Amino acid sequence: MTSRFTLFAVMGSLSLSLTVQADWRQFRGTENSGLSAMDSTGDWSGETEIAWDSGLPGRGLACPIVVGDRVYVTASSGPRQETLHVLCFSTTDGKQLWERSFQATGRTVTHPKTSVAAPSPASDGERIFAFYSSNDLICLDLDGNLQWMRGLTYDFPNASNSLGMSSSPVVVGETVIVMVECDDQSFSAGLNVVTGETKWQIDRPRRANWTSPVIWPSDNQAQVLLQSSAGVTAVDAQTGQELWTYSEGASTIPSLVVSQNIAYVPSNGITALRPGESSSTEPEIVWQVGNLSPGTASPIVWGDKLYVISGAGVLTSASLEDGKRLWQARLKGPFSASPIIAGGKIVAVNEEGFVQVADPDKDGETVSSVELNETILGTPAVSDGAIYVRGDNHLWKILMK
Amino acid sequence: MKTPLCVALVLTCLVPSILIAAETSDLIDLVQAIGHKGDGHPRAVKAARELAQAPSGDALEILAAIDNANPLAANWLAGAFQSVADRGVKSGDLKANDLKNFLGETSHAAMARTLAFEYLTKVDSDSGEQLIPQMLNDPAPALRRKGVAYHIDLAKKAEGDAALKQWKRALDGAIDEDHVEEIAKALKDAGEEIDTREHFGLIREWHVIGPFDNRDQKGFPVAYPPEKQVDLDAQYEGMKGEVTWELLSSDEDDGAFDLAKLTEPHKGAIDYAYTEFQSPDDLDVQFRLATPNAWKLWVNGQEVFAREEYHRGMRFDQYIVPGELKKGKNTILLKVCQNEQEQDWAQRWAFQFRIVDPSGRAVHEAK
Repeated sequence: MTSRFTLFAVMGSLSLSLTVQADWRQFRGTENSGLSAMDSTGDWSGETEIAWDSGLPGRGLACPIVVGDRVYVTASSGPRQETLHVLCFSTTDGKQLWERSFQATGRTVTHPKTSVAAPSPASDGERIFAFYSSNDLICLDLDGNLQWMRGLTYDFPNASNSLGMSSSPVVVGETVIVMVECDDQSFSAGLNVVTGETKWQIDRPRRANWTSPVIWPSDNQAQVLLQSSAGVTAVDAQTGQELWTYSEGASTIPSLVVSQNIAYVPSNGITALRPGESSSTEPEIVWQVGNLSPGTASPIVWGDKLYVISGAGVLTSASLEDGKRLWQARLKGPFSASPIIAGGKIVAVNEEGFVQVADPDKDGETVSSVELNETILGTPAVSDGAIYVRGDNHLWKILMK
Repeated sequence: MKTPLCVALVLTCLVPSILIAAETSDLIDLVQAIGHKGDGHPRAVKAARELAQAPSGDALEILAAIDNANPLAANWLAGAFQSVADRGVKSGDLKANDLKNFLGETSHAAMARTLAFEYLTKVDSDSGEQLIPQMLNDPAPALRRKGVAYHIDLAKKAEGDAALKQWKRALDGAIDEDHVEEIAKALKDAGEEIDTREHFGLIREWHVIGPFDNRDQKGFPVAYPPEKQVDLDAQYEGMKGEVTWELLSSDEDDGAFDLAKLTEPHKGAIDYAYTEFQSPDDLDVQFRLATPNAWKLWVNGQEVFAREEYHRGMRFDQYIVPGELKKGKNTILLKVCQNEQEQDWAQRWAFQFRIVDPSGRAVHEAK
């Protein structure tokens, strides 16, 4: 290799790496952890400034995602929420770059609190995968050109929930993984990111489930954890093959979080699981603590602590080592959005649009807040020193100063 | 320039445009061919990408292709159209008159005409103001909604008899629950009460038989006698003794047929409800149902849908099932299953049922 070529290769690799770090590609971030690698260095004071806001054509609980210098948002509108929107904005100034609208092929009835645009979109850096409660999965390139669309309720007419569905897809390599789990036709599937064809599909417990698949970082075999009322099942992301199962039940609303090869599962409080050494099909229970009970918001891990927000809005910090409670702080709830970590601070947005920045190094003391005065049920995104929040009618960019 | 080179250059210039012109319809065919479960995807994915790059002049051809597409393919074509039309808006090649003419042809699919309107307002921002007043009875639900909203606004600004007249005019086109409720309230305040149940076409009189056994939710797949034959004079052994058909009617404000109230609040039980519907014609329709219970529906003896879900709420038009009616008598049989959950919110055993045309307007029985 010539030195010139080497330089280009290094630059290319560096550029890709920086892009990946800045992106926030799916629900709770590219790694599904609620952490942004670039923004979680712990050096943010908590001070904020609203950079811009842009109007949205409909409601949604879907979190914004960020790819490069663009932020993508989904929404639904119409008297029966039958119109599905995908919107793209410039991160620089909030200008809408394009919008696409489609008609739902599946059921659009939901509980009034939620929305057809409840699942968050996901991206592999080249494509956007917009998923909806109607189980329509729309794949667009980054410029809004339709690549393919699947109607999973169109394919399986009883795959639906009269209260609405909310599981967000994840992308692992060449596979986009969706959980379509309900009381009737209940399954999870992996689809080819390029063609939308089904790579694998597995039957799942016939019980309403609003949790999302979570990526299990692994060097040799990409795995995804599927949580349900029955427990947690680890599957091979490329084949759907079941690898191990935890069968002691789990919540159907908040989703587990993975950190350092341990899954912290909302099950009997919180149960910490590690792939078993004695059995390849059953995980080892590291600890189980009953008084850590997340409400709707999913738990999050930062450093050596686990953070859980209860249904009453109490933020609890617990030791990752044994689940022992370290401190509690009352936030202003209620919360539907999951907390995220930005610059070493916990950012929690309540349903009234009150953004609270809590400092984990000060026992959860709220160090700053922003009043957005709009119903906000979606989890925020973090990228390049900014937090993106979507409400019923607006998308905001909040600078971390 | 030597002759062969010259010919080659001419051919190079000509061939792409000929190919593009010939290919758009072929590409549309490939997209229209997609089916369920990813069938036809590899070829359609390639075609959709190429369609998205088609010249702006092909935008309306792509839009018109939605007319003959299944619901999924229609969305693929809608996506391609939006890519092409966005370029046409920027370049000025997408013409307001062409879109207006397309919109005026009401035989085009509702989705296609709605997109035509959306892009028409992008290239001619005044056009909406001119066209919306005429959309009160548009066959496309999204356009009709704009027409109804316009007439509701007029009614709000009017007074006395003029307002009353406007509210009634708005009601004539209204199909959406929120609009009908708003209009009904305004008319009631003005001293003219309307029966929204009639407006929506809710069927409130049914022959009912039951209870049959659904303990442990085992009755859903069981074909009890009414599923084999509806004989209104028959009697059968039910879960609590002999059962016979009984004609019942609902007077609930929302038109709900409340089995727990009209019969008894049985648990782990199944009732069948039967009615006959005189259709004014052979019609494509939608059966719209709401229930918090598991259910099965048969029309003219054919099962059209079955759903095993309990107590996930009961909402207006919760289920929309496409189907057909034949001119004259049609039989409708509904199986409504209650489970044994004990929570307060799991006691409802009820349904709402109506029949609408594809635009959402109630189909009423022939007199």
